[in-house]
Amino acid sequence: MYRLLADRLARLLASVGSIGHFLSDTFRGLSEPSVWVGLTVAQMRRIGVNSIPISLLISSFTGIVLALQASYTLSGVVPLYFVGVLVGKSLMLELAPVLTGLALAGRVGANIAAEIGTMRVTEQVDALETLAFDKFSYLVVPRVIAASIMFPIVVALSIIVGIVAGWITSINLLDLSTIEFFKGLRQFYQLKDTWYPLVKSVSFGLIIASIGCMKGLSVAGGAEGVGRGTTEAVVDAFWAVVLL
Amino acid sequence: MISFRDIKKSFGDKDVLQGFTLDVQDGETMVILGYSGTGKSVALKHIVGLLDPDEGEVEVDGRVVHTLDRKGLRELRSRIGYVFQFAALFDSMSVEENIALGLRRQGLGETEIRGRIRESLTLVDMDGSEERFPAELSGGMRKRIGIARAIALRPKYILYDEPTTGLDPVTTAVIDELMVRTRERLGVTSVVVTHDLKSAYRVGDRIAMLYHGVVRQVDTVERIQRTHDPIVRQFIDGRPEAAGESERMTGDFAL
Repeated sequence: MYRLLADRLARLLASVGSIGHFLSDTFRGLSEPSVWVGLTVAQMRRIGVNSIPISLLISSFTGIVLALQASYTLSGVVPLYFVGVLVGKSLMLELAPVLTGLALAGRVGANIAAEIGTMRVTEQVDALETLAFDKFSYLVVPRVIAASIMFPIVVALSIIVGIVAGWITSINLLDLSTIEFFKGLRQFYQLKDTWYPLVKSVSFGLIIASIGCMKGLSVAGGAEGVGRGTTEAVVDAFWAVVLL
Repeated sequence: MISFRDIKKSFGDKDVLQGFTLDVQDGETMVILGYSGTGKSVALKHIVGLLDPDEGEVEVDGRVVHTLDRKGLRELRSRIGYVFQFAALFDSMSVEENIALGLRRQGLGETEIRGRIRESLTLVDMDGSEERFPAELSGGMRKRIGIARAIALRPKYILYDEPTTGLDPVTTAVIDELMVRTRERLGVTSVVVTHDLKSAYRVGDRIAMLYHGVVRQVDTVERIQRTHDPIVRQFIDGRPEAAGESERMTGDFAL
């Protein structure tokens, strides 16, 4: 019993230690901007721009469902322009960042872990190091910075598209005018509704890319190891998004 | 000069190197020979700091590798070319970009880089392959590009990790000839890890036989060929049992 507890505690401490090492090595990797700046731009396209279609698809359906659901729930209870309130607030504060975060945890987290994991088992990471590159400057820093910059942009676009989808649904399928919809949208708007999802999505980008890189770099054992590392990256990133 | 001093290295409960000691003189080609999985590649990775020893130290030109800071390690690696077992080419880059990456890291100008790429590809008989990607190359071609990537850096040392494993006999001979040519033309010091005897005889000046994590014998190629050591003899003759001993060569450690 005590031995089991001691083993688990030792594993937990080892995990905390490896996370600490990873973070300190990543900060150290920042000291070589000549290596990571150019690579960051390329990663911004891969991580951010290529993620836009799936994010917009999710947010547009979310906007449509929210508008319809709000009208069913609010009809006869409060004025219908509250559909705009519900669509706007829900998308901005929770649904757009969280749903986008979950989608990108799968897409970006898996992509990063599989790519770096494959490089690890084919000795490409070792090859980078023998060519005098720091693997954190070359592989980790560009991905973490790119995700931290691009996630808020993707989330902002998701919010806009979700609201537009909710508005189009409202004026076409519900008995609501454009003026009423936007009256609701403005009614309870606060500045926090803008910065809160953006800050949240920065933290999602940071954590999802970090988990992907960490799992990728710790891959061992060939194709099976890459598969295991990728799965762990996605599961851990999902948990992180839910908990954050 | 490269010196391994009483290196001990374990992975979990597996003791791979158990007091590995060896000196590689400047200008020579040292072959580290041994059964598959006995820690030859592990020893090689200590030279460039990809692995740190649990005990002991590796010295390159008088500097202890595992005590070097980032800058020191970077400077050391810029003097060493490393040819990986399966070439380890970056699959998202063309041949030209693979070779140019290390040269750009050294801060060379684009004209110089172009010249070095051409020169190294000529040396490995792969002219005209600049635009090709690793996925379009055969195993032998990949290894040649791996060698080109290493020699383009004009290193003082080249480390070859199982350079002929998995190749047909003709391609093996081509790679061996290439290693000899590289040493003759560039005057580099080489460490070759292999379990291929023919290859070891062709390229080596001296051979070190690694057995159970320590050097069993180190000597010139001619003397190794005439050795009476039962374990080395068993390996050379390719017999399952060592002569006069019940001891059997085993290799439990793979990296």
